[in-house]
Amino acid sequence: MVGARLPQMLKDAALTALVAAALGVFIVGFHTVDIGSRTGLSFDFWFADLGVALVVIFLGRLGLSLAAEGLRWPAIALGVVMLIAGISPLKLPSGFLHWFVALGGALLVVRAAWPWANQAIAAGAATPTGRLIDRIGNQWAGWFLLAVAVLLPLTPIGDQKTMDLGVLILTYVMLGWGLNIVVGLAGLLDLGYVAFYAVGAYSYALLSTQHGLGFWAVLPLAGMLAASFGILLGFPVLRLRGDYLAIVTLGFGEIIRLVILNWVDLTSGPAGIGSIPGPTLFGAVFAETAPEGKQTVAEMLGVPFSSNQRLIFLYYVILGLALVTNLFTQRMRRLPVGRAWEALREDETACKALGINPTNTKLTAFAIGAMFAGFAGSFFAAKQRFISPESFTFIESAIILAIVVLGGMGSQIGVVLAAVLLIGLPEWFRELGSYRMLAFGLAMVLIMVFRPRGLIAHREPSIRLHPIGAKGGG
Amino acid sequence: MTLAEAPLIEVEHLTMRFGGLIAVDDVSFSGRPCAITAIIGPNGAGKTTVFNCITGFYKPTIGRLRLRGEREYLLERMLGHEIGQHARVARTFQNIRLFPAMTVLENLLVAQHNKLMVASGMSVFGLLGLPVYRQAEQAAIAFARDWLERIGLVAMADRPAGELPYGAQRRLEIARAMCTEPRLLCLDEPAAGLNPRESAELNQLLLSIRDRDGIGVLLIEHDMSVVMSISNHVVVLDYGRKIAEGPPAEVQRDPAVIRAYLGTDDEAIDG
Repeated sequence: MVGARLPQMLKDAALTALVAAALGVFIVGFHTVDIGSRTGLSFDFWFADLGVALVVIFLGRLGLSLAAEGLRWPAIALGVVMLIAGISPLKLPSGFLHWFVALGGALLVVRAAWPWANQAIAAGAATPTGRLIDRIGNQWAGWFLLAVAVLLPLTPIGDQKTMDLGVLILTYVMLGWGLNIVVGLAGLLDLGYVAFYAVGAYSYALLSTQHGLGFWAVLPLAGMLAASFGILLGFPVLRLRGDYLAIVTLGFGEIIRLVILNWVDLTSGPAGIGSIPGPTLFGAVFAETAPEGKQTVAEMLGVPFSSNQRLIFLYYVILGLALVTNLFTQRMRRLPVGRAWEALREDETACKALGINPTNTKLTAFAIGAMFAGFAGSFFAAKQRFISPESFTFIESAIILAIVVLGGMGSQIGVVLAAVLLIGLPEWFRELGSYRMLAFGLAMVLIMVFRPRGLIAHREPSIRLHPIGAKGGG
Repeated sequence: MTLAEAPLIEVEHLTMRFGGLIAVDDVSFSGRPCAITAIIGPNGAGKTTVFNCITGFYKPTIGRLRLRGEREYLLERMLGHEIGQHARVARTFQNIRLFPAMTVLENLLVAQHNKLMVASGMSVFGLLGLPVYRQAEQAAIAFARDWLERIGLVAMADRPAGELPYGAQRRLEIARAMCTEPRLLCLDEPAAGLNPRESAELNQLLLSIRDRDGIGVLLIEHDMSVVMSISNHVVVLDYGRKIAEGPPAEVQRDPAVIRAYLGTDDEAIDG
């Protein structure tokens, strides 16, 4: 029975390896090497690496087929062998291959053992204690994450590297929450979200460097400007649906970038805008010595100056901004307009029949989403102190969208988890060099395989007729 | 009964062409408040097209659609969602269109959107959590709860609408349309796919909508037992034309109607 299917499995695995070979020969097989100015480039061949990788892919695919056929033990055995080979001091052509082999083995073991784990989880969740843990998890996970985020700078792990990463992740969390209104709640696929981020960033950069306005004064202005851009774009395009809307927003994102790039008089084009002032704390600046007429924060608080103060302040600013975004969204979801957003995502025709104006409703979602991108953009400009069109490419929109989709459309906690995963992981794995994007891709594939509806697919009703706990059992 | 004398909706010379195809050809009829008007006819007779014109999903090629409320509304001049918002015509769909991921209660609250938007001061009062909005929301929930009791879904209120059994989804869609507080309710084949018991329940619900809520109901239906037992007035369409109109018992005997439904074979009628 299995013996009969074995040739089929071997063929399948061979085919997979063949495809990998066809792709890999160009990506992994050749490297160009600069061998001096006169002769230019030459090739370096990495066929040993490719060969090992192909063997791993062949075995991995075979293992997956075995696991899918219910032959868990052979699959696990294969996975363990690969894992051991990966971590053994065996001489492989490069260090990365150790990772590759070991990770492949580990994945295979996980895949083969997955049905058991699934059963155990399902059985566990069905017991009263399981349900209790589930409920506590749902209710308290957010508060727990918030406590971690607030306390992080005060702990010993809160060094410069962590704080930098924290600020970066929180910026994406905020952008994710903003886009979640548009994509997750209202169901409008926006591929040009970064345009509003750029509008916010340039608003602050220009108003501060040319008109001397401070961060806190510009913040609401930047939000309003970005929202106006949202409405401006929204009016003509929001009658489009699905794919068409996605393409138009994609185009809009590029247009904004190209305008910034080419309107040299205003934006200094590709050279970017530099020496943007950072955010101030009650008028005091974060610097070792204050410019005339100003005070440094260290002087104001009477503490010795440290370069970390600015970073920790930035961290709390973006944490605050992100929390405002979250609170606002949570509140909106429980209001009629928020319910109309979700209803529009579910069925636009039915909404029309109920007398809901779809254009206005979509426009509010678009404008509010854009506003939060504007806030985040201002913050980004104030943090970087230098911005250029390079920072607002399509890939940014794609990453923010990936955070929303992988987090589970409409889930606020999901956005946090996805941002930590997608932004944090590549940063943590910087040692892997250019292979870190492989980890990024792997994370995405794994989420989509194991959680096809996003990390958190659970939707909490915006209102309940029977509050939880009011009635026994349930 | 004087109120019931004036028609609630008047369809005059309604014609709808799609390119060369004439889906509805010069159809006129009227529907009264506190009455159930059924539109029947074989498949492809143009029943749903009439509905789509009345509810603003199609713009009629020719014709006038008059709805009487506090003032007169000319539906053919209104945009899709305005008909629900201002003229207060609500409808259900042949293939149920609920908001499946949202709960039963949320579905009924979305139906009260326009009322709640005003109460929430276009979301400003709502964001501030002012009592004005909270009271309006409580009232909306109470209203929704009444309807849940009438359709027997109170216990399911917090379940996603998409998880309900088919018959319950049908009832919920009607309740959702009623939560918009309409003057005219248009039901597109509400009994499709229901078993006899559910169908009888539906009849009771529709009669209570007519008698208790006192609104006009337009009904497209294939199930003749539903049509004959509850409707006050029947309009028969065939190939886009109106072939008969009148009380159900009269229409049932009309030779043109029998021909349209059963073909021209006289023996088949006698048998």
